[in-house]
Amino acid sequence: MTAMIQTDALTKNFVQKQDFAGKMAAMLGARSPAREVQAVNQVNLVVNKGEVVGLVGESGCGKSTIGRMIAGIMEPTAGRVLYKGANVAEMTGEEEKSTKLAVQMIFQDPFASLNPRQRVSGIVGEAPLMHGLVTRSELDGYVDETLLKVGLDPDFRRRYPHQFSGGQRQRIGIARALAVKPDFLVCDEAVAALDVSIQAQVLNLFMDLREEFDLTYLFISHDLGVVEHISDRIAIMYLGRLVETSPTDELFKNPNHPYTQALLAEVPRLDQRKRTFHPLKGEIPSPIDPPGGCYFHPRCPHVFDKCRKDAPMLKEISPGRFSACHLNDKADV
Amino acid sequence: MNSSSATLEVENLCAHFFTKSGVVKAVDNVSFAVKSGEVLGLVGESGSGKTVTGFSILGLVDPPGRIVSGSIRYKGEELIGADKERLRHIRGNRIAMIFQDPTMTLNPVLRIDTQLIETIRAHHDTDANTARAQARDALGQVGIPSPEERLKCYPHELSGGMRQRVAIAIAFLNKPDLIIADEPTTALDVTIQAQIIHEAQTLCRESGTALVWITHDLAVVAGLADHICVMYAGRIVEEGSADNVIDQPMHPYTAGLIGSVPSHNQRGKRLAQIPGSTPSLLNLPEGCAFRTRCGFNDDTCLREPKVTHPAKGRSLRCFHPVSKGQAS
Amino acid sequence: MSVIGDKAQPLNKAPSAPDVETPFMRFRSDFMESRVAAVALALLILIILIAIFAPLIAPQNPYDLAQVDILESRQPPGAKSFQGYIFLLGSDGAGRDLFSAILYGLRISLSVGAMSGVIALAIGSVIGLAAAYSGGRTEAFIMRIVDIQLSFPAILIALMLLAVFGKGVDKIMIALVTVQWAYYARTVRSSALVERSKEYVEAANCLCLSHKRILFGHILPNCLAPLIVVGTVQTAHAIALEATLSFLGVGLPQTEPSLGLLISNGFEYMLSGRYWISFFPGIALLITIVSINLVGDQLRDVLNPRLQK
Repeated sequence: MTAMIQTDALTKNFVQKQDFAGKMAAMLGARSPAREVQAVNQVNLVVNKGEVVGLVGESGCGKSTIGRMIAGIMEPTAGRVLYKGANVAEMTGEEEKSTKLAVQMIFQDPFASLNPRQRVSGIVGEAPLMHGLVTRSELDGYVDETLLKVGLDPDFRRRYPHQFSGGQRQRIGIARALAVKPDFLVCDEAVAALDVSIQAQVLNLFMDLREEFDLTYLFISHDLGVVEHISDRIAIMYLGRLVETSPTDELFKNPNHPYTQALLAEVPRLDQRKRTFHPLKGEIPSPIDPPGGCYFHPRCPHVFDKCRKDAPMLKEISPGRFSACHLNDKADV
Repeated sequence: MNSSSATLEVENLCAHFFTKSGVVKAVDNVSFAVKSGEVLGLVGESGSGKTVTGFSILGLVDPPGRIVSGSIRYKGEELIGADKERLRHIRGNRIAMIFQDPTMTLNPVLRIDTQLIETIRAHHDTDANTARAQARDALGQVGIPSPEERLKCYPHELSGGMRQRVAIAIAFLNKPDLIIADEPTTALDVTIQAQIIHEAQTLCRESGTALVWITHDLAVVAGLADHICVMYAGRIVEEGSADNVIDQPMHPYTAGLIGSVPSHNQRGKRLAQIPGSTPSLLNLPEGCAFRTRCGFNDDTCLREPKVTHPAKGRSLRCFHPVSKGQAS
Repeated sequence: MSVIGDKAQPLNKAPSAPDVETPFMRFRSDFMESRVAAVALALLILIILIAIFAPLIAPQNPYDLAQVDILESRQPPGAKSFQGYIFLLGSDGAGRDLFSAILYGLRISLSVGAMSGVIALAIGSVIGLAAAYSGGRTEAFIMRIVDIQLSFPAILIALMLLAVFGKGVDKIMIALVTVQWAYYARTVRSSALVERSKEYVEAANCLCLSHKRILFGHILPNCLAPLIVVGTVQTAHAIALEATLSFLGVGLPQTEPSLGLLISNGFEYMLSGRYWISFFPGIALLITIVSINLVGDQLRDVLNPRLQK
């Protein structure tokens, strides 16, 4: 299977710049350096052609940042993003543009992701026209066709975003992405803001489109139920690091990393009634000041000495399954 | 349910919004009751009226909306139209509310200890030191580590989960008889959500507080609630014990909701979906509001369905209840 | 999957709202909610129309020396003129019909105020957009200039410029534009900063739209709301500023008297009982500025996204 998107030690740091007063204080010897947050830490992620990879994690884990770096709207601090084997950062001219157009993003907030002053026909048709994918005479027909593909009535083309519901706006966003004929979609919490019944409709749409247009998805979400349903493989992130990747079935049957185990145990499920929650103790640490060693060790029920000192690497624990936990090494010994 | 034992009784509540585009019947003839120590799940999607119902109980509905008719009784005492002083005594003291957005509860310019102590002293004649000790205990009870230091913080110095926990602590401070929680965990991570549900559960069990948990997430109420009321377009369409409603839903909407949850479907296959979307409250279909999206729709549905009781402890507004075999 | 049955409606039944509701239609219905603002707007439109059609309405062209007779100076309101019409608001020190002079004066005041406003808006918006989009040192540099500009009193800058460049309509325009552009720049820059971080701009980025396209086609149209509010209020300021300058005698030349100059001319007569020569131009100026401000107030409320219901 060819890897369509691959990241190589992808890293992103955000620097909280000091203001003038801070700089003066630093010059005079005060110990308050510019704060650096490592949002994404050496992530190696692979998405093969035709696959749906679910990227799961809680707030501060960096999954949205990875999505944006893959979609090309954020520059990585270190590491590479490879599209069909070629380093995206080294591309120029036509190749760069066609790669950027081939990787599109669906955003989370249906209210902020559409230009309130543009009609639907403009939102969907602007980019294909500008990049020469259609001529001006073909534009109307092309826009209508795209709207139909996402289940919207072409009669809506002259309306403005505020006249639509959340689910319909998400469809417009999907139409906008489809209009430039991408082969890879990054869905950043694309159904998180929708009601359950609308969520089902949009998820079904994603599945239909995947078959019809042979698309590949990186599906970013915090909702394990949704991710379980739509993904072939799942990658779990914690505080900027990848802690486990595995085919979906195996992950849910047999989670390896303690964080994955906790996540799965704590997700409320319909078939569990009147349960007593036994939650994971402790808070999600702040990414500004992460714990030493394994980031998860303060909350891990199986913590031992090595966890506090060394950060575990992602190792293959069985064909296709990777996990970053010292417990796996212990088991081998 | 014996009315003298019910902590909260809502009967035929109607709350309407009078906008320039027309009258929005946000809450239309809603009735339910909650007993002491019980957890009621009020489930619905956006536009169902669940939040306005919660706000009505506390008298927080602002113009252009107002409560048009109906009765809200707290331990037998009528709240609608009650004396302002009496309402002030009850709110925050005997009935408390937890909002989805903790910034609605927490004043960003006041420290946590100020806000907690204020809440205590507004309703009780306590001296500052005792109040402070109570505040510290309350924070400890909701699982906040090092409460003494946290007391001195401002809300923005805490994470989202912590803030919501402080909001819960404030709600429980005066040991209320009833708590209305409006989507308190929707914006929080799974692990924090689990902690908060756990704390709310423990506190309710220990102190016998009645809890109304408003949410759109069926899975959360499945694990938490004793009773569930499902709302659609301002009306309660189904009510029953949590087990019954989830295992044997009767209303096609409830069945549809449960059916569209991903975990209820086979992995990789298309999800069972409810077609269409919630109608605009300004333009509800005639008769049953769910009619335009329902597969069992026929001419009888042009009349508004009245509340029926197909089984003990269950109520339903539907002419074509889903029978056992049809629910997935 | 038929827990819902087979007779369900197709997806996305169209909501029965108006077919296309442009943002303008929505804005118009919100604006008209305030009676006061609607009246102010009507008044403003009336004033503008009067100013445009002044030559047709005014009984006399006050700048046509052939029509003005010094013997008719300082006539009280209601007096008859030798030429047959009535001095509705009296006549001034040179014998000009005050009513006509006010109409023509309105013309000058409004056009100078509006034109300088438009030019300042154009310049300020481009600068503000450039600052927001470029970020970093460029933005810091531009905004410091804006801050310095805004910390000087407007009248002081105007007086200094006019002292250097002399009198004349174009010099006044330059002075007014110089005083105003910074407000627009600051407004546009903060709006643009907010819009720039929104997801639809990220989407435009993802779609490889050009920078120019994103700035003028996506960001700027969404900065219009605060810009319009600032624009109305600033226009009122510009008119008042021009009136002040003319009153002080450093404004527009005598040949093109604005309302300010008319007030100034009549000042010497105030104490001798011929109040009307200053009073009525003053009222005209007051009504104009108040209506602009009332309209601007309602605009601010209507266009504020946080107050949207």
